[in-house]
Amino acid sequence: MSYVKSLTRRDLLKTSVAAGSLLIIGGGFVAASNAAWALEVTHLKSSTMATLIQMARDIYPHDNIADEFYAAAVKGYDTAESKGPVEEGIAALNAAATGRGHASYLAAGWERDRVDILRSMESSPFFQQIRGGLITGLYNQKAVWPVFGYEGESFSKGGYIDRGFNDIKWV
Amino acid sequence: MSVSFDKKDGNVVVVIGTGPGGGVLASELAQKGVKVVALEAGGRHGPEDFVNDEWASFGQISWLDSRSTSGSWRVAKDFSGLPAWIVKGVGGSSQHWAGASLRFQEHEWKTQTVYGNVTGASLLDWPIDAKTMDPYYTKAEEKLRVTRTGGRKGLPGNNNYKVFEAGAKKLGYKDVHTGRMAINSKDYDDFVACQQTGFCFQGCKWGAKWSAGYNEIPVGEATGNLEVRINSQALKIEHDASGKVTGVIYADADGKQHVQKARIVCVAGNSIESPRLLLNSASSMFPDGLANSSGQVGRNYMRHMTGSVYATFDKPVKMWRGTTMAGIIQDEARHDPSRGFVGGYELETLSLGIPFMAAFLDPGAWGREFTSALDQYENMAGMWIVGEDMPQETNRVSLNHDVKDQFGLPTPNVHFDDHPNDIAMRNHAYKQGAAVYDAVGAVRTFPTPPYPSTHNLGTNRMSAKARDGVVNKWGQTHDIKNLFVSDGSQFTTGAAENPTLTIVALAIRQAERIASEMSKGNI
Repeated sequence: MSYVKSLTRRDLLKTSVAAGSLLIIGGGFVAASNAAWALEVTHLKSSTMATLIQMARDIYPHDNIADEFYAAAVKGYDTAESKGPVEEGIAALNAAATGRGHASYLAAGWERDRVDILRSMESSPFFQQIRGGLITGLYNQKAVWPVFGYEGESFSKGGYIDRGFNDIKWV
Repeated sequence: MSVSFDKKDGNVVVVIGTGPGGGVLASELAQKGVKVVALEAGGRHGPEDFVNDEWASFGQISWLDSRSTSGSWRVAKDFSGLPAWIVKGVGGSSQHWAGASLRFQEHEWKTQTVYGNVTGASLLDWPIDAKTMDPYYTKAEEKLRVTRTGGRKGLPGNNNYKVFEAGAKKLGYKDVHTGRMAINSKDYDDFVACQQTGFCFQGCKWGAKWSAGYNEIPVGEATGNLEVRINSQALKIEHDASGKVTGVIYADADGKQHVQKARIVCVAGNSIESPRLLLNSASSMFPDGLANSSGQVGRNYMRHMTGSVYATFDKPVKMWRGTTMAGIIQDEARHDPSRGFVGGYELETLSLGIPFMAAFLDPGAWGREFTSALDQYENMAGMWIVGEDMPQETNRVSLNHDVKDQFGLPTPNVHFDDHPNDIAMRNHAYKQGAAVYDAVGAVRTFPTPPYPSTHNLGTNRMSAKARDGVVNKWGQTHDIKNLFVSDGSQFTTGAAENPTLTIVALAIRQAERIASEMSKGNI
């Protein structure tokens, strides 16, 4: 599984279906709606991967973090071993959405509606596995740290002794 | 320098564990001319390979062997397989500690007398007191180069401290400063001053924070009297027909088992592994485990009353910059039952990076209430609460016979229920901690639940009478005179202070005693 950056927007749009902020593309891809990136899906259905990505955002919503990073956080579920439980979990999620009058989880347009669906299955092992996995899967991506202002490693820069360890002036 | 003792050499002292207890004891004994074999379950890491990365470091240095939890404490729900956040490796948890080095207050040596009867608590006076410990505390402060003691200056306060101090002063707190820390506030011959790098919990890459691993063990090794065997996990302590211990069975890195003969055995594996080892050493002569005629081995497990308060502001704090534990409020450390609880607590600044903040701010939480807090990470300040928890006989480390470790031995289960006094104290501390930040304009405050225990104490408690505990005032077991306990599991009660300085002071004192008793031929 890998990111595919070489698809043209035209290629994508030929076979794609909008899924929230994402595109589900025939042939096993999920892509950003502006085609800035695409994720190849080998074992899961592409609609399942798109739903997982939306579910990840709804669990830990950060409006300043792009879908690409949520995709990176869940792409590890696209394996032969995870396929069964993940397809089953997403099917249950869609069933819960249907029970609330939505065509699918992704078809629920407002975050509050999707969060209601998630609350209804919060205690399930599937939800807890996805949520727990995101703690490291999302927040331990060095690429998202700057969004939070976190500067990470500092030893190689000599620490903060001369770089503002006590630089605030407002107190 | 690199000495190797014969496994059949029954004249050596075997020290199990090389943390602030065992590491200091082993080095001190070696410096007094005693031959020592130190068995260390983990490997050897130091400034050269520590990493400024929370999860990577966690994987590098933590004790991650299988453990289980039970009881009503929140750690059992949030981190059921990880009751303690401690280190496996040379230096033990002094690699990970923040460096706070506080003496017990005088009354904390005699809480049964001072606090009186507290229902459900097994309070007991220590058989030693502040006067006994004063010279050893002074030696420990010199060894650790503790700031604000012995004429050493304090560390400068970082941004997290500036917010904390301003709030504390507005609230009327008086005893507020940048702490008494085992972190160099100036350059010394071999070690540099703190460079305000952060990542104190991940091992100090400058070596500016004291660790038994790189400050004590090498001094002991240089004498030629100390052999440290890494990746050597003690499995069982053996004894003879007279009941004296004779050696230790341990497994090497390949799982191969060896016996190291010993004249004296000192157990310093932290308060979970130390009682586990004594319990796993049961024999036909000692069916309940070694040194357990009182039935107290594993009981009175303490972990300090803890919690954290984080707060967000409308301006940047960047709390991760600089010393992790950068300052302290000591006004609430006193014993003042008018607050609704006995004992007291310290408030100490703390910061976590974004990876650990996500894991620990409110474990299990999700949705915008949680993520909007993390979105303000740059504007966040934080403090840790550490207070005296009540010893309870039912809070205990016991053997989990249903789950075996890689050597086929029962794993430890850690059972803990908060005492009502612990809960009352935590609620008071949450309120005061939030008030500190509210005083300087906090937008939101977060009462954060306890992390896996870093202060594990009391499972081989020290007592004047043999029936009340496991070890006497020297850390020598009541039952077996050549068996000692040398770590925080000796603690009779926990006090409000971070325990490392007291563990080091007890180890220095115990080394003197053991060397003296050996030279007299008493053991």
